[in-house]
Amino acid sequence: MAIVHDSSAVTVRKHQRSRPLFARLLSDYGQECVIVAAILLLLLIVGLYNPRFLSASNLNTIFAGNAYIAVAAIGMAMVIITGHIDVSVGALIGVLATISGTLAVSGYPVWVAWGAPVVLGMAVNCVVGWLVAYARIPSIVVTLGMMSILRGGLISITGGTWISGLPKEFMIAQWKPFGLPFPIIAMVVLTLIAAWWMRNFPFGRSLYAVGGNPEAARATGISSERRVLAVFVIHGAFAGIATILFATQLQVIQSTVPPNLELTIITAAVIGGVSILGGSGTVIGSTLAAILFATIGSALIFVNVSAYWLRAVIGGLILITVLADMIRRRPKK
Amino acid sequence: MPLRHLLRHETILAFVAILLLVLLAFQSSQFFTGANLLNQGRLMTEVGLVAIIMTFVIITGGIDLSVGSILGLTAILTGVFWQNLGLPLVAAAGLAVAVGTFCGFVNGFVITRFGVPPLIATLATLALYRGLAEGISQARSVRGYPDWFYVLGQGNVLGVPTQLWILIAFAILASVLLAATRIGRSIYAIGANEVAAFFSGLPVNRTKIAVYTASGFAAALAGVIFVSRVSTTRSDMGTGLELDAITAVVLGGTSIYGGRGSVIGTLIGLVVIQSLKNGLSLAGVKAEGTAVLIGLMLIGAILITTLLNKRRA
Repeated sequence: MAIVHDSSAVTVRKHQRSRPLFARLLSDYGQECVIVAAILLLLLIVGLYNPRFLSASNLNTIFAGNAYIAVAAIGMAMVIITGHIDVSVGALIGVLATISGTLAVSGYPVWVAWGAPVVLGMAVNCVVGWLVAYARIPSIVVTLGMMSILRGGLISITGGTWISGLPKEFMIAQWKPFGLPFPIIAMVVLTLIAAWWMRNFPFGRSLYAVGGNPEAARATGISSERRVLAVFVIHGAFAGIATILFATQLQVIQSTVPPNLELTIITAAVIGGVSILGGSGTVIGSTLAAILFATIGSALIFVNVSAYWLRAVIGGLILITVLADMIRRRPKK
Repeated sequence: MPLRHLLRHETILAFVAILLLVLLAFQSSQFFTGANLLNQGRLMTEVGLVAIIMTFVIITGGIDLSVGSILGLTAILTGVFWQNLGLPLVAAAGLAVAVGTFCGFVNGFVITRFGVPPLIATLATLALYRGLAEGISQARSVRGYPDWFYVLGQGNVLGVPTQLWILIAFAILASVLLAATRIGRSIYAIGANEVAAFFSGLPVNRTKIAVYTASGFAAALAGVIFVSRVSTTRSDMGTGLELDAITAVVLGGTSIYGGRGSVIGTLIGLVVIQSLKNGLSLAGVKAEGTAVLIGLMLIGAILITTLLNKRRA
């Protein structure tokens, strides 16, 4: 309530006039509601077709097993909201997972093995962010180059071997406080913190300004360079946390780049309602979209569609979402 | 002024290329042999075809990330049309190239009609086309093509690899088209200032659709040549091709912001990259190590041009 001196009668009338919670949810979080409905519908239909789809172990695989994608998509959503993109994040997670696993098996304390990917992720993306923000090289070029460097470097150094014999205390993704898998807790907590920060804090809100209209942002005194650099560094931290969840969920780590990971992460952000033109979207949407993908991937297997079609389905989904986004934003004549 | 700058960039790059060739010749006796050089030309053709049209795309201010996937889809379709549908191989390859060209048209259509940024549109179709290739092939490869088909990818005509002739013809045609025709001038105009080009009465959308369609065609042609060269089809063919092509284009002096660039620059860029790859592999560096170098070159080349431009401005 902006107006404080309102008499109570006016306030009451205002309250009556204000839209009900449900309508407000729909208009502020339209895309998010659609995704939740899609997830529920998918769970229901495939669950009726094959009840094993709704078994605790399968749901655990879907939600906990893909939480790292949702966490990485939070950072990606921020990058896209500021009007940039990062195609190197998959390669980065591959490199960080290898480093983290190697530290863990070499007898370093687990906090070093957990901390290293976060710190290194921020360091690498600091370089990327500098090249994008200050050297003014388009983010697609910088991150394409970085992807090649990271992927090539990783494979030529490790040869794509498996890291096994990970210590038990390292496996944080298998930890279940209060009976809930840790990745799910991490995903929910990080999403809520990031969403709250972007909605209520000046710095978080300024990201929308930078992505929506860089000129206007500059005119109002927002330094877009510093915002962009900061966003890439934050994105690096989220990639680091995603790495920890990813690297500790199985007993072994393969020191290669998970195929198409960057595409899945970008898609999650875009389908989650983050506008590809920058300037709008929420990280709640990106997390929900990551869950939706995981559900689709699992559902395809349960209805006996070959997993080889998964990428075509995802590609088609991105294209449709992007087209819908453009049509929705088209100026009305 | 832009022309002089362009010439300067290309002269410097040509100088670098010659220096590199001389260095590599001294470093390994196998490098500067006719057989090796022609073989490098053979290996360069697929990226070359794609990079030449990628030059057009980038000059219009766009980008096409889906070329590697179009190559993969065309390769798979060639095999499937021939083996599963029983079409004659020429018809199968022709039909596959037609589909690949159509894929490029879809890119152009989505970009112009819906105003989707080229980066996002082709990122989506990168996933879609590769996904179709994977889904159609179900990870099965097609082998056992008739011998005459291998002439395209493994044979020689007048002592020069067959596909190198195609690349040369393609390069000459593209250079002339870009430098000396109205279409070429409109491509530069669109990249330099799309709004101004539109109000000057240039067919902006039609030109852009044509450029992306040509990009699909080049990738599809490269796909058929690829199949003929390696004697098999697999759905992961051409993965990362877009990166190699973009690197060659950018290294060749084409501005990633559009409006400036040339086919000759791209060709010199290709030669530099291919000789580096070859030189490194002769020196015992694995292909993955070369990927690191290509990534560094891509960022380095743009960083240097950007810094130089900043100084001039």
